[in-house]
Amino acid sequence: MEIIETLINGLSSGGTYAMIALGYTMVYGIAKMLNFAHGDIIMVGGYMLYVTMITAGNPMLGLIAAVIFCVLLGITVEKIAYKPLRGASPLAVLITAIGVSYLLQSTAQMIFGTAPKMVIIADMGNFEVGALKIPYYTIVTLVCSFVIMIALTMFVKTTKIGRAMVAVSEDRGAAQLMGINVNGIIMITFAIGSALAAFAGFFMLMKAPSLSNTLGAMPGIKAFTAAVIGGIGSIPGAMCGGILLGVVEAISFKIPVIAPYTDAIEFMILILILLVRPTGIMGKVRREKV
Amino acid sequence: MAEIILKTENLGISFGGLKAVQDVNIEIQKKQLYGLVGPNGAGKTTVFNMLTGVYRPTTGQIYLAGENITGKSQEIINHKGIARTFQNIRLFNNMTVIRNVLVGLHNQPEFKCSMIESMFRLPRHFQCEKAMREKAKSILRVVGLEEERNILSCNLPYGKQRKLEIARALATNPKLLLLDEPAAGMNPHETEDLMNIITRIRDEYDMTILLIEHDMKFVSGLCDEVTVLNFGTVLAQGDTKTALNDPEVIKAYIGG
Repeated sequence: MEIIETLINGLSSGGTYAMIALGYTMVYGIAKMLNFAHGDIIMVGGYMLYVTMITAGNPMLGLIAAVIFCVLLGITVEKIAYKPLRGASPLAVLITAIGVSYLLQSTAQMIFGTAPKMVIIADMGNFEVGALKIPYYTIVTLVCSFVIMIALTMFVKTTKIGRAMVAVSEDRGAAQLMGINVNGIIMITFAIGSALAAFAGFFMLMKAPSLSNTLGAMPGIKAFTAAVIGGIGSIPGAMCGGILLGVVEAISFKIPVIAPYTDAIEFMILILILLVRPTGIMGKVRREKV
Repeated sequence: MAEIILKTENLGISFGGLKAVQDVNIEIQKKQLYGLVGPNGAGKTTVFNMLTGVYRPTTGQIYLAGENITGKSQEIINHKGIARTFQNIRLFNNMTVIRNVLVGLHNQPEFKCSMIESMFRLPRHFQCEKAMREKAKSILRVVGLEEERNILSCNLPYGKQRKLEIARALATNPKLLLLDEPAAGMNPHETEDLMNIITRIRDEYDMTILLIEHDMKFVSGLCDEVTVLNFGTVLAQGDTKTALNDPEVIKAYIGG
């Protein structure tokens, strides 16, 4: 029973990681940049949720507010910070992203202070069948994240905009010459990534209700690891990477001897996978043409 | 007199101090097949890059069907009606053949469907996707790739990849189609097939086509008029036979 519980736990937190990893991987694939401020979007979403909950008292309303605010924030950050740097060296964009990350963290600290806020979304109790006992939030997270991932895959695979996104990620210049508005597509990508981050923040706070301005930092790094493990730029890769990381984490937490080293184990997996497959599990293997 | 689709006035560009192209005046009428020829490095692709907005010309103006499009961005120029293929093929390799064409159809007003409609899969989304697929198939039929529509484009043989590029460009519904060395690397049989396809596109879509090509048989068999470039300047212009037999042109090609 414990194995099943651990597995479901792992899939659930893996789903959360996957949602964040999707933001990294889509932005990387389409805008060809690493958006290190992505984790902090989660944190901003968390605070938006907190504010809505103390004013309106409704977590669903809070989730909607968080998603809308994060989408607007993602688009704004892209417009102000990244768009002027299109065509600049990747390092310039990278350091800007790190700057945006600190800006968001510090702004949150200035507004809300350093003391963690408690965001108790709902005490939903446990789902129990026989000896199996799983908190409801785990199930909600698991189901929601998988539904969102399937919807996103469908969106990219079967819609016009999804097709344009893939085209831009394959060859931006050619896509532009085929009449695709590349800036518009990049904006949509940031919007989708930020919306997913807001959902991830909601799931994280459901599990652990303590909210501070560094909420997004560690999950951000872990999800980035997940995206790299899966093959950065690949959407199914980010999902696999996230879920793998979540499951490994859950198992590792259950084994007392290695539990304190969980983070180390996760990053070790990254190193091992990159040694065997430098492009990640689902990354494109680039063959050198002679 | 027929409608003039493309007109350039003293078109030129410099990179630093180097005048890569200067004083190019071209006038192409509707349904014309027009050739742009010249030795390697003459500036032919640079002209294409200026026409499509990849480079901003330093001097001169470009008019498409009477409208000045100089300095407009690449996607705007494509919306106005210039589409192109590339010298070194630039397909979306990990997409199927038909998806490549569907990307070309992305901005056609007849297939308008908002993001909300696609996200929530409203009926409009399905209508629109279906219509796009039909249109894409009809374009693939013209270049003879309808059978291969579900193959990944990177798995197509080279000659067919070139044809697919033409199909993708055609999907953006251009007034003017620019083909950059469409016959490069093709065998004589494929070249002949391509000549038929190009004529067919001209006739079926009332298309105006400007092409760069090194194969002189191809050019003289297909083009009504040519412009010969050498070191970025116009060496000869006009009726294909006369221009290609110009002593200056022969000299530029064989040297001496």
